[in-house]
Amino acid sequence: MRSIPALTAIALCATIGAAADAQDLQSTRGLAATCAACHGPDGVSVGGVPPALAGQDKAELLQRLKEFKAGTRPATVMHQLARGYSDEQLERIAAYFSAVAAGPAPAAPRAGD
Amino acid sequence: MQRIALVAGGIAASPVSRGFAASSGRTGRVVVIGAGFGGATAAKTIKRWAPQIDVTIVERSGEFISCPLSNLVVGGNADIRDLGFSYDGLRRRGIAVVRDEAIEVDTVKRAVRLSGGGVLAYDRLIIAPGVEIQVDAIPGLDSAEAQSRVLHAWKAGAQTLALRRQLEAMADGGVYAVHLPLEPFRCPPAAYERVCQVADYFRRAKPRSKILVLDSNEDILSKKALFLAAWNGQYKGMIEYRPNSELVEVDAKTLTAKLLFEDVRADVLNVIPPQRAGAIAARAGLINANNRWCMVDWTTLESTAVKGVHILGDATLSGPAMPKSATMANQHAVVCAAAIIALMHGEAVNPRPVMANTCYSFVDARQAMHVASVYAYDRAEKTMLAIKGAGGLSEKASEQEGLYAWGWARNLWAGALA
Repeated sequence: MRSIPALTAIALCATIGAAADAQDLQSTRGLAATCAACHGPDGVSVGGVPPALAGQDKAELLQRLKEFKAGTRPATVMHQLARGYSDEQLERIAAYFSAVAAGPAPAAPRAGD
Repeated sequence: MQRIALVAGGIAASPVSRGFAASSGRTGRVVVIGAGFGGATAAKTIKRWAPQIDVTIVERSGEFISCPLSNLVVGGNADIRDLGFSYDGLRRRGIAVVRDEAIEVDTVKRAVRLSGGGVLAYDRLIIAPGVEIQVDAIPGLDSAEAQSRVLHAWKAGAQTLALRRQLEAMADGGVYAVHLPLEPFRCPPAAYERVCQVADYFRRAKPRSKILVLDSNEDILSKKALFLAAWNGQYKGMIEYRPNSELVEVDAKTLTAKLLFEDVRADVLNVIPPQRAGAIAARAGLINANNRWCMVDWTTLESTAVKGVHILGDATLSGPAMPKSATMANQHAVVCAAAIIALMHGEAVNPRPVMANTCYSFVDARQAMHVASVYAYDRAEKTMLAIKGAGGLSEKASEQEGLYAWGWARNLWAGALA
């Protein structure tokens, strides 16, 4: 009998864990998507300009983002945008893009092609 | 072949239940009306993140023509064929693309009636109708003939090319006048960008010509110092800016803009009329702000007027300092897609979405400049607020930013259509 509440507790923990993971993924993916308008879907940039974020080394990407935020790295716009994110958010963004496979970005198909 | 939920027999006969049929393994059906930046990006993002959701998108045009960069066509600095895309990328992703026009939404039975007679049942509906250009609201512009002489070119396509032809046909020494409505309207900086593009063309081909900017607003609405730097720099002496220019009537025969206190005659008259949410938003009962725009819950982009209906892009009552731009429509779409997936899976919606906006304007063929902001949902204000200290403007227009601007556009197009 005593094992039932324990199992329930484990199941409950797993459910809460899964919900937290789903929430986390949703929120991290959402943060990464704020970069995607310019850097391409999932950071895979068509033509590589602005630079692709997908598949970059997490530590290097985070370092660059922090330098943009601190204003110590020259930029046209990234020094302004990076200031809109907490360090924790920048870390999640860097982790997300480092886990995405770099790769040729499909461009939008031209009309008439 | 993607199953299209075309139900015969009209809205009343729609048999689709609201509950998600777990036994079939399906987690619901999303219908999207409008395949512009908002609608197409939302459809694609839902399919990418939750492939098991049925996604159908309804679009009356056979192809997509980008408003961003279309002023370069007006200036003779880009080919409109470079801005035209097909919807085949969406089809390849398993999205059903229906070329038709949504004419009625039954928000109780959750079904969309199409002009071709079909009916699409939905569990959640996204309406991304863009803006309706209120040409008829301007006295003197209420005939097809007048509208063909005095263009708006505020939706990329035939009007963009027609405006270009008018400028090409104009003799050197002529006057191009553009009238701007009171804000809010679609992408205000694009109006000043257009002035730069026309000036760039005149400088090249018709150097004795002049440009009159007749602005209903009391000042330049966006990137003011940057636009003035171009107007007082490389275009010095060509451009006259007149704020508080309230338009009373247009005489399309003589190409005269009748303002409150003066009549202005031009050789090419370009009037950008006031705008409101696209017509289907009104028919679905979504317009609940100033009789023009649609209010949404910014954590889901769900209409505050009708449950189960989400509305994106220019048609929304924008948050403070949020422009009606393609980038913002992309960001609305992503937040909406994530929220719809969470709702359909019975998960909690992200309580604090973040959005970013970067918009580029070209001052000539190659140099561009940006405005950028980051927004986060504010629980107390229940809207998206710009994060203080973040965002900003270019120091000056540059060729480097011109390259970024093309890259930004390519990635926005890919985000919507690839």
